[in-house]
Amino acid sequence: MKPVSPFLETESGTEAGPRVPVSFDGRTLELPEGANLAAALLAAGVQVFRRTPVSGAPRAPYCMMGACFDCLVEIDGVVRQACMIEVTGGLAIRRPHEAHDDPA
Amino acid sequence: MTRRDLAIIGAGPAGMAAAAQAAALGLAVTLVDEQPRPGGQIYRDVDRAVALRGAILGADYGRGARLTAGLRRDGIDHVAGAVVWAIEEGFSILYTREGRGARIAADRVLLATGALERPMPLPGWTLPGVMTAGAGQILLKQSGVLARRAVLVGSGPLLYLIAAQMVRAGTPPLALVETQSRGDLARAMGHAGGALRGWRYLAKGLGLLAEIARARVPRHTGATGIAIEGEGRAEAVRFTSRGRAHRIACDTVFLHHGVVPNMQAARSLGVAHRWHQAQACFVPQLDGWGRTEMPGLFIAGDGAGIGGAAAAEIAGRLAALKLAEEAGRLSPEACDRQARPLRAAQARELAARAFLDRAYPPFAEALAPADATVVCRCEEVTAGEIRGHARLGCLGPNQAKAFGRAGMGPCQGRYCGLTVTALLAEANARTPDETGYYRIRPPLKPVTLGELAAMEDAAEAAQ
Ligand SMILES: Cc1cc2nc3c(=O)[nH]c(=O)nc-3n(C[C@H](O)[C@@H](O)[C@H](O)COP(=O)(O)OP(=O)(O)OC[C@H]3O[C@@H](n4cnc5c(N)ncnc54)[C@H](O)[C@@H]3O)c2cc1C
Ligand code: FES
Repeated sequence: MKPVSPFLETESGTEAGPRVPVSFDGRTLELPEGANLAAALLAAGVQVFRRTPVSGAPRAPYCMMGACFDCLVEIDGVVRQACMIEVTGGLAIRRPHEAHDDPA
Repeated sequence: MTRRDLAIIGAGPAGMAAAAQAAALGLAVTLVDEQPRPGGQIYRDVDRAVALRGAILGADYGRGARLTAGLRRDGIDHVAGAVVWAIEEGFSILYTREGRGARIAADRVLLATGALERPMPLPGWTLPGVMTAGAGQILLKQSGVLARRAVLVGSGPLLYLIAAQMVRAGTPPLALVETQSRGDLARAMGHAGGALRGWRYLAKGLGLLAEIARARVPRHTGATGIAIEGEGRAEAVRFTSRGRAHRIACDTVFLHHGVVPNMQAARSLGVAHRWHQAQACFVPQLDGWGRTEMPGLFIAGDGAGIGGAAAAEIAGRLAALKLAEEAGRLSPEACDRQARPLRAAQARELAARAFLDRAYPPFAEALAPADATVVCRCEEVTAGEIRGHARLGCLGPNQAKAFGRAGMGPCQGRYCGLTVTALLAEANARTPDETGYYRIRPPLKPVTLGELAAMEDAAEAAQ
């Protein structure tokens, strides 16, 4: 079942391109190609992007401008900021586990 | 590797205006920005979004297209999607782009890295569903994504702009929870010439408020005791306004109480900063051209102190004139002559800004959060822990790193630094200048070993 997202995609938002499949923690999502990844995940109903290494608290995008690092996801073994990436077909995205173990 | 006359970091109004001006004077300019398209924060993605959402975003937004058009000329090389992670004296700009590291050599550097939204530590501000209001606006500008049930919390002209944009987009906020009081505006009006100087901004603000009122968005002013509630995500905002307790259920909370200079790049180069009392933030020490004490290093735009988009554009052009003069492309007389009208326009903008600063002060509860509130989002350090550090003799944010982990997470203090300075200053009864700030060291953004390896390969291939 498609989760209901707190966010709504306007018609004009989908101009980014055709929908392409990406996986998020094993679930397949159809996201607009070329769209901002964090925005597309939020619109697709993803509510928790990562858990903090300290207390395991859930986090999701806070600043959308590459400054807060709360949108971190793991793609091909590399932890990256989802708000600084564009959607491409076939992205295999996972929740990162220990942000501190990742490259500084 | 070719050496450029000027490297500009940041393609917002300041960086774009500076690039066009410098190129017009004959400088070879490279403009670097981590965003895929030019615009900066105010004009984010303007070339694509203006056609799609121009009516929602408003006339001011459309003006950005004039600046992006100015980049399409000889002498400007715009490197988009490039994250600058180090700037070395001399100058060498190190960045990563599409998974590879690279560098640009330049004689001079202009930092035009803009502003960040002021940290707003409130109970519950780390919950999923809580974002900055600017983030909500970025979702709209760049992606056409709107929050269905959002509450806007805080103060400032940008809060009203975003509320009005949400109204125009057909998803008005459920409510505005405003932290400023009527007294703040009255004081700003009463200040010598305040209302007169700020009248354009005031009139614009009144227009926005009329749009918000027509959409019947409830406004709660003078709010205190604000907390975001929810199990695992934001579910409601609780506060008191005019003596009455409120709880508004929602899915999304947009926080905003002003913007502050993004100091990361400047501080990493050792640029001296001083506390600006009226704007409650640190600003770099510059001369009237945006020049730092380091030869060849300039700063323009909101990163030099908050002045707004129009002031940023003017500051970018002023810096470009001086940079061209230093590079021997403009005589000192011509430089001064061309600067004169810009200075007059700049004085008008900054006078209006002083009015806005007084009318919309930051939210006191978020400047001195309650003990239990998390201030460092990355390492989950609370205000009480920072106060505890002070009791053990901690005087400044840098030292705080020896007492706990505040500021040591991936955001490098971007969203806790000012709060930690304020908490330690208050606890130790010292000024913010005496208290200081985190020492910022490269990398400014995380770099992977793979990206570094790709850079080494390219360097070897070039030899
Ligand atoms: C989220 C947000 C939304 C805003 N919206 C508005 C608005 O709608 N209206 C308004 O009047 N004002 C707005 N402002 C205020 C804003 O500061 C403007 O006054 C204006 O954008 C400032 O222009 P600038 O050129 O100084 O910087 P900016 O426009 O902020 O441009 C700075 C640029 O530097 C780039 N940059 C920063 N660090 C790096 C790095 N390490 N590597 C590469 N690139 C980097 C950024 O990507 C950005 O494009 C907003 C501010 C924020 C933070
Ligand atoms: S949402 Fe803040 S870095 Fe991506």
